[in-house]
Amino acid sequence: MIIAEKKPIQEIIEEVQNFDRILILGCNECVTVCEAGGKKEVEVLASALRMYFITQGKEKVISEHTLERQCDHEYLEEIRKNIDNYDAIVSLACGVGVQFAAEKYLTMPLLPGVNTICLGANEDRGLWTERCQACGSCVLARTGGICPVSRCAKRVLNGPCGGSTNGKCELGPDTDCAWQLIVDRLKALDKMDDYEKIAPIKDWSTDRAGGPRTVTREDVKI
Amino acid sequence: MSEFVSASRLERVMKAGHLGVTSECGPPRGSDPEEVRKKGMLIKDYVDAINVTDNQTAMTRMSSLAACIHLKLLGIEPVLQMVTRDRNRVALQSDILGAASFDIPNMLCLSGDHQSFGDCAKGQNVHDLDSMQLVQTVRHMRDEGKFLGGDDIKRPPKIFVGAAANPFADPFEIRVPRLAKKIACGAEFIQTQCIYNIDKFKEWMKRAVDRGLHEKAFIMAGMTPMKSVGMAKYMKKKVPGMDVPDGIIERLAGVEKGKQAQEGIDICVEHIQQLKEITGVAGFHIMAIEWEEKVPEIIKRSGLYPRPEL
Amino acid sequence: MRLKIPTNFRIVRLPCTGKIDIIHILRAFEKGADGLYVVGCMEGDCHFNQGNFRARKRVEQAAKILDQVGVGGERVRMYNLSSGEGPLFAQYSIEMVNKIKEMGPSPVRLAKQKKATAA
Repeated sequence: MIIAEKKPIQEIIEEVQNFDRILILGCNECVTVCEAGGKKEVEVLASALRMYFITQGKEKVISEHTLERQCDHEYLEEIRKNIDNYDAIVSLACGVGVQFAAEKYLTMPLLPGVNTICLGANEDRGLWTERCQACGSCVLARTGGICPVSRCAKRVLNGPCGGSTNGKCELGPDTDCAWQLIVDRLKALDKMDDYEKIAPIKDWSTDRAGGPRTVTREDVKI
Repeated sequence: MSEFVSASRLERVMKAGHLGVTSECGPPRGSDPEEVRKKGMLIKDYVDAINVTDNQTAMTRMSSLAACIHLKLLGIEPVLQMVTRDRNRVALQSDILGAASFDIPNMLCLSGDHQSFGDCAKGQNVHDLDSMQLVQTVRHMRDEGKFLGGDDIKRPPKIFVGAAANPFADPFEIRVPRLAKKIACGAEFIQTQCIYNIDKFKEWMKRAVDRGLHEKAFIMAGMTPMKSVGMAKYMKKKVPGMDVPDGIIERLAGVEKGKQAQEGIDICVEHIQQLKEITGVAGFHIMAIEWEEKVPEIIKRSGLYPRPEL
Repeated sequence: MRLKIPTNFRIVRLPCTGKIDIIHILRAFEKGADGLYVVGCMEGDCHFNQGNFRARKRVEQAAKILDQVGVGGERVRMYNLSSGEGPLFAQYSIEMVNKIKEMGPSPVRLAKQKKATAA
């Protein structure tokens, strides 16, 4: 899923201070699971903003709403009937949701309430870690199911580099060496012969390098 | 390995069966060419070629290529170090041609320390290619006379291509397979990480020799003299992928502070003499970090001087 | 055991402190409470294993938010005691009430009062 992190309240306060009627808009998908932008976080942020502005003697109307998804037309349409009640929307969705809402409501200021971090997994309670960088051409079949693009700090395709120590990255003990994990997996799979296959120079045109990416499926278009 | 691929002296020395000797020179953090020339002149007559580092530890410095040109103009043979951290395949190929235009005959292909260790920790990194793919790229440009994009190169680069190997990094069991991979990619010489753990290096070299890798590439042993017990402890604890046995630290700690530097040089000379006897060692790469003035002494005492006439 | 406790706070009963959420704490302050404390079982004695640990984390998160919006994180805190410790419950309530009195009324309550008077 998409992993996001709440923006500091102070940053959000600065962004919204010139608006009087503000909608805090949550998303019920990824950001709910990673506890950054679901219904609960909407309630907490709205309550915090209300308290802040009342103590500042400012009259603001802070409303709350959470959509099933912000990256889908039909759900975003839900707020159209009330859209004139707001001067700005703080979206707690990932960057995709914020933009999709902005595209739909052309004259409505849309402010992000979270920082979108990565595509990752919930590794442990309170711990979310990156697993994919959406490079657009998956190499996992050749690397024991561990991704060197997203999990190696130098995205070395023929690793590990010389900085790997005790299974950790040269960045420090908090980061696993992706290539140690790859080697461990290849050993477990009894496929160490694969290690010596040279990964060819990668075609990064399917990555962000190639410009904004689209998937077009004529077979499902109506 | 009979015919020469470049105008490199280093290539000729090792192909003639002599032990090759290289040293290292870090470009300055400024634009004064005198600093490069001074370091180069100190060791000029004691080595076959001098490596010029490429923004090592990710600290911004004078460009490796520019410093190589300064050395080349003094009649010193450079080994251009190039990391994949800062340049994409357009810039790498372009710099390779730039180096070849000055007839810089050697190159060492590296991935480079992560930028978070340097003075631009908030910067992007590139890593369009990895170090092995850079080796392949130079070989492709030289041997096929073509760019990666497929077009012909007018006057292809004649460069003797090297790569680094760390016999001590983890996981140990893939260290020799990894060396084999680099050689399969086209590395013709290998310079290793600094060696302090002689036994572990011997084990690594034995496995490399068992696979015949020493016959496919010249493996040069990396040596760095310790200046003090403090440096030894720092390298053991802080430098990723470095293996400093306790015996070295104890030996340095056993002499008074004023004599530790000399002891460090003695250890380095002893290590070179031991390693000279090991099958597979084709030369030495002496990295005296900001201590270039000691390189002549180490080389003389190790019996590597004078350098062979060609 | 007839213990005297302050009368200026309201007890909200929960099946377990693990039931409390950050929003419950924030809403209390939004409505004008000057302070709030959560009393859970001794750590390690939770019938649901981790209820009181969860509560402590949520109290800490609420405190951080209250600090950030200028209400004051010290107005909220967590106590732990076992069910047989009536005197300790009384002592904690006195301690908390005194502390809040020292801090004075919450800025939210003051602002609301001011607004009401102006209206």
